[in-house]
Amino acid sequence: MSIFADKNTKLLVQGITGKEGKFHTEQCVEYGTNIVAGVTPGKGGQDVNSIPVFNTVKEAVKETGANTSLIFVPPLLGADAILEAIDADLELIVAITEGIPILDMVKVKNLLNTKKTGLIGPNCPGIITPGETKIGIMPGKIHKKGNVGVISRSGTLTYEVVDQLTKNGMGQSTCIGIGGDPVNGTNFIDTLEAFENDPETHAIVMVGEIGGNAEEQAAEYIKANVTKPVVGFIAGLTAPPGRRMGHAGAIISGSSGTGKAKIESLQKNGIAVCENLGTIGQLCRKVF
Amino acid sequence: MKIHEYQAKELFREYNIPVPVGYVAFSKQEALESIKKLGSFPVVVKAQIHAGGRGKGGGVKLASSEQEAQQFADEILGMTLVTHQTGEVGKEVKKLLIEAGQSIARELYLSLLVDRETAKIVIMASTEGGMNIEEVAEKTPEKIIKVYVDPLMGISGYQLREVAFGLNIPKTAMKEFGAMLKNFYNMFVEKDCSMVEINPLILTSDDRVIALDAKVDFDSNALGKHKELMELRDLDEEDPLEVEASKFNLNYINLDGNVGNIVNGAGLAMATMDIIKNAGAEPANFMDVGGGATAEMVENAFRIILADKKVKAVLINIFGGILRCDIFAEGIVEAAKKTGINIPVIVRMEGTNVEKGKEILSNSNLELTSAIDLADAAEKVAAAVK
Repeated sequence: MSIFADKNTKLLVQGITGKEGKFHTEQCVEYGTNIVAGVTPGKGGQDVNSIPVFNTVKEAVKETGANTSLIFVPPLLGADAILEAIDADLELIVAITEGIPILDMVKVKNLLNTKKTGLIGPNCPGIITPGETKIGIMPGKIHKKGNVGVISRSGTLTYEVVDQLTKNGMGQSTCIGIGGDPVNGTNFIDTLEAFENDPETHAIVMVGEIGGNAEEQAAEYIKANVTKPVVGFIAGLTAPPGRRMGHAGAIISGSSGTGKAKIESLQKNGIAVCENLGTIGQLCRKVF
Repeated sequence: MKIHEYQAKELFREYNIPVPVGYVAFSKQEALESIKKLGSFPVVVKAQIHAGGRGKGGGVKLASSEQEAQQFADEILGMTLVTHQTGEVGKEVKKLLIEAGQSIARELYLSLLVDRETAKIVIMASTEGGMNIEEVAEKTPEKIIKVYVDPLMGISGYQLREVAFGLNIPKTAMKEFGAMLKNFYNMFVEKDCSMVEINPLILTSDDRVIALDAKVDFDSNALGKHKELMELRDLDEEDPLEVEASKFNLNYINLDGNVGNIVNGAGLAMATMDIIKNAGAEPANFMDVGGGATAEMVENAFRIILADKKVKAVLINIFGGILRCDIFAEGIVEAAKKTGINIPVIVRMEGTNVEKGKEILSNSNLELTSAIDLADAAEKVAAAVK
């Protein structure tokens, strides 16, 4: 088993005819993902590598039975694309798009709270269940099937962690990038809950960063609800306050959201914290 | 994107949020004209820089005569203003706002921002205006009123009343306050702001509500929707290297240390800075070339880092995913050929096409040191600056 996505996932790609959408569609198909449709308004009837393209998400769902969407549309159209996918009652939406305005996202988030559809991202690498399906832009090759669940707010930082896990002989059940934006869909706690309930997941790595208080909340949740071993990492200890560190959500506002406070919170709640990224693989081998 | 107080007040006027009569002045001559135009006293002379704490730093002065106003304008224009937000170097004052003084009965605080946790727009208000709001929140949290607005519903009448009653707004000013807050909310949403703040919002002795200060920060991600706002950007207020980097869509922040670094991805870039610090050195910057960087972007990133005079060594850390290591290596070689390298450069690459990337670097005849892994890279770069 795994969480949120597996070999039964039937994927459609919104923005499939764009440069990124097309490239990553090929990469996902090569990994074994079952991509059944693409959506680009105005390009219905065409195909991309023999995947049929539709004008609307509803039409694509009706014709192909897709249950999950992967979104590559440009940022100012990002929220609209997510709303279209929600309206088509998809089970899961994975939004890769970086730079969606926050006031667009707060509307999406408040609507999502009333729906069954799940959202991963935006501004994220996506989700991969090694050996089964890859819905995102992560390099498939570094992953290996196994029993460690990985959750992260970052992209390449997650690859670094996964690479070290694999090299240290620890495969992964599912790896999820929840995204670097201040307002996103699935959060640490939703994912921790799913990993706790997944028999294939035996241990969890949580990769956080400065900004907000999601890591602090997750730490308390872990103490109260998670029985599996967890290793944590927090990026941005040297980040200056008041500056956005690349990710829209990675900002220390006043005295809140510092890396130090997050690490203290993780440690206080009994979570092993990796203090040097270069050694996270070894630390996991020791703890798990 | 931050803007100046005088620009924020222009926007307030557009939205019928009351502000004092005032004029911006870029020279002593314009300052004098502004003072004469206002005609009555007191007059407030305010330095216009993108940083808080201007009053304490001597950048805001109240004058009771034309002569005094002119003297303050002369003093403040061109001064280097140091506040807790500018750092020790301070900021040169290039513009002034000359405003009519107000008779203040009470000073209030009002701001709007997005609450990440609830995804609501939160109205923060306090009777303790004119103070550092973080301190108020810490010492007397009961004096902070928070009202959460659902962005799908918009702001309702009862929410306006909740804030007004919480601030003890007198009956005679109730209607005016409600209208002002509603306009403030509409401005926040329509202009895609990330934070707007009025500190202080004053009640005058004749019960009028006026925004004495104005701070507006726009969501940079939404500027594409608002071309008119781009004109408000003031490049004088930004670090020149950061301005240069922004032209190439590079996420770059200039810091105080001497170890330059180039990384793909924001999280990994932050972690790389942390590793440099762990090894006993200080990062000179944050530089995220992004997941989808091109060889040209890498070349520009390298050029910008090398243009920073305080950089004594560079650490390049790339995890090739979307950005393949060979593409990255080509960018580095191109940039190094053009600019020349006269400081140690340590490269650590991993991921897609890493072998090809390493080959390109080693065939380039450039003096680059390669690292086996992250820990090794950090040690090598720290040793290079010792």
